[in-house]
Amino acid sequence: MLILGIESSCDETAVALWGEEEGEVISLVSSQVDLHSRYGGVVPELASRRHLETLAPLLEEALKQAGRSLSDVGAVAVTQGPGLVGALLVGMESAKAISLARNLPLLGVNHLAGHVYGAFLEHPMALPALALIVSGGHTELVLLDQKERFTSLGSTRDDAAGETLDKVARFIGLPYPGGPQVQKQAESGNRSYHHFPVGEMENPLDFSFSGLKTAVITFVEKSRAGGVEPPLADLCASFQEAVVEALVSKTQRALRVTQARNLIVCGGVAANRRLRERMAELALAKGVNLLIPSARLCTDNALMISRAGWSLYQQGRTIGLSDDVDPNLSLFDA
Amino acid sequence: MSPLRMLHSSSPEETRAAGFKLAADLSPGSVVALFGRLGAGKTVFVQGLASGLGIPEGWAKSPTFTLVRFYPSDPPFFHIDLYRIERPAAEELGWEEWEEGVAAIEWAEKMEGLLPPGTVRVTLEARGEKEREIKIESDDDA
Repeated sequence: MLILGIESSCDETAVALWGEEEGEVISLVSSQVDLHSRYGGVVPELASRRHLETLAPLLEEALKQAGRSLSDVGAVAVTQGPGLVGALLVGMESAKAISLARNLPLLGVNHLAGHVYGAFLEHPMALPALALIVSGGHTELVLLDQKERFTSLGSTRDDAAGETLDKVARFIGLPYPGGPQVQKQAESGNRSYHHFPVGEMENPLDFSFSGLKTAVITFVEKSRAGGVEPPLADLCASFQEAVVEALVSKTQRALRVTQARNLIVCGGVAANRRLRERMAELALAKGVNLLIPSARLCTDNALMISRAGWSLYQQGRTIGLSDDVDPNLSLFDA
Repeated sequence: MSPLRMLHSSSPEETRAAGFKLAADLSPGSVVALFGRLGAGKTVFVQGLASGLGIPEGWAKSPTFTLVRFYPSDPPFFHIDLYRIERPAAEELGWEEWEEGVAAIEWAEKMEGLLPPGTVRVTLEARGEKEREIKIESDDDA
C-alpha cells in the first residue's frame, strides 16, 4: 500500500510516496530557505502563503515523476504538529481534502515521531531504541519502546542545538541557515582553539545551550576589545565541538541508563558531519546499532511522514476530519 | 507598579529571580516586552517569570522555533519569540488569545508600535560576562 506523505510544518514543503513493499517511490522537497535567507529567518505570513502556492503543484509533479495517480494511494499521512500553525494548516487541509475526495484513511503524524521513524527508511526497524532528535527547534532524548510508545528522557532547558548554531552563526556574520555554514568553516579549523563549556543540568540527561551561546558571544567581544579577531574557522570548529560534545556525552549517558542497544540520531543537525563521526565512534565503542538517516533524510521531508504514518495505520490510529493541527503537539501524550 | 526599576544582576540565577518577582505584578492582559541582544538573558528572565506564574521549573524553554509557547497556568502564559521573524503577522501569532493571559515577548522591538498601552518593558544589557543591568519600565500612567 502506498502512503502519501505531506509535510509543511516549517520551512519546507514536501510530499512523498512510500510503500512498505516498494519503499521510496518519490520524495520532493521545496525549501523556503532562499526566501527566508533574505530576511534572516522565517516570516510566518510568507511561509504559509508559500506552502499554499507550492503544495498542489509539488504533489502534481511528484505523481507525474512517479508515473502514479491518487488512485494508487492507500492512505494520507500529514504532519499534525508541532510547528507554525499557519504552515501546518496548509498541509492538513490539503490532506483532509484528498482523504475526503478519495475516501482514504487520514494519519496525523507528530513531526518529531516522523524524524525518528525516518531512521527506519534505510535501516530495518529495531526496538527498543534510544533516539536523539536534534534540530533547529528541538533537542530531545527519547526512548521508543517495543509498543512504539515514546518516553522522554531529557530535553533542552532553553535553546535547541540547531537554534544555538543558527544564532551564533548570525552573530559572527554567517548567512542563514547557520548550521551548515558553521560546519563548512569548522572543517578547516582547529577544534581546540578555545574550550567552550556546556552547562550541566539537574537532570543529567537534559541539555542547556543558552550559556554556550553567551560564552561564544562574550569570547568574541572580549577578543575584539583586545584588538584580536578570532579566526573564523577556529572559532567555528571550537564552538561546533562544544555542541557536538554535549550531544554525544548526554547520549552516551542515556545509553548507559536505558541499556538500549539501538541508537537513532535524527533531525536537521544529524546531517552535521562532525556529529555523525562522533556518534559512529560512540556506537562502535559501545557496540550498539546506529541508525542515522542519510543527510537528505535528516532535514525535513515527507518520506519520514509516510513511514511514521504507516506505523500509525498498522496500529489503527487514524484521525478524522474534525481533528486539527496542534502547534505544540507533544510526543508523549498518546 | 513603579514606572521605572533598575536592577543589577550578577548571575543568571539573579536574572531569573528578577523575572520571578515581576510575575507578582502581572494579571490577565499583561504584556511584558523584552529587549536585549543575543545572550543578554531574555529567556532566563522569562523562565523566572514563568516560575512566578506557577509553571514548574524547567518547563519554559526558548520558543524561537515555534514562535509561541503556551502554558495552561493561571493566568495562562504565552511565551513569544520574534527572533526568526522579520515582521510579525499578529493574526498568526494568536494575538487575541494572549489577552486572556500574560504574554512575554522576546525581541519585542520587531513589533514596536503594535504593543498595547500598559506594556511592561524589560531591557537587559550586558555589563561583562555575567553582570546584567535590568531596566523595568511600564508605560502605565497609573
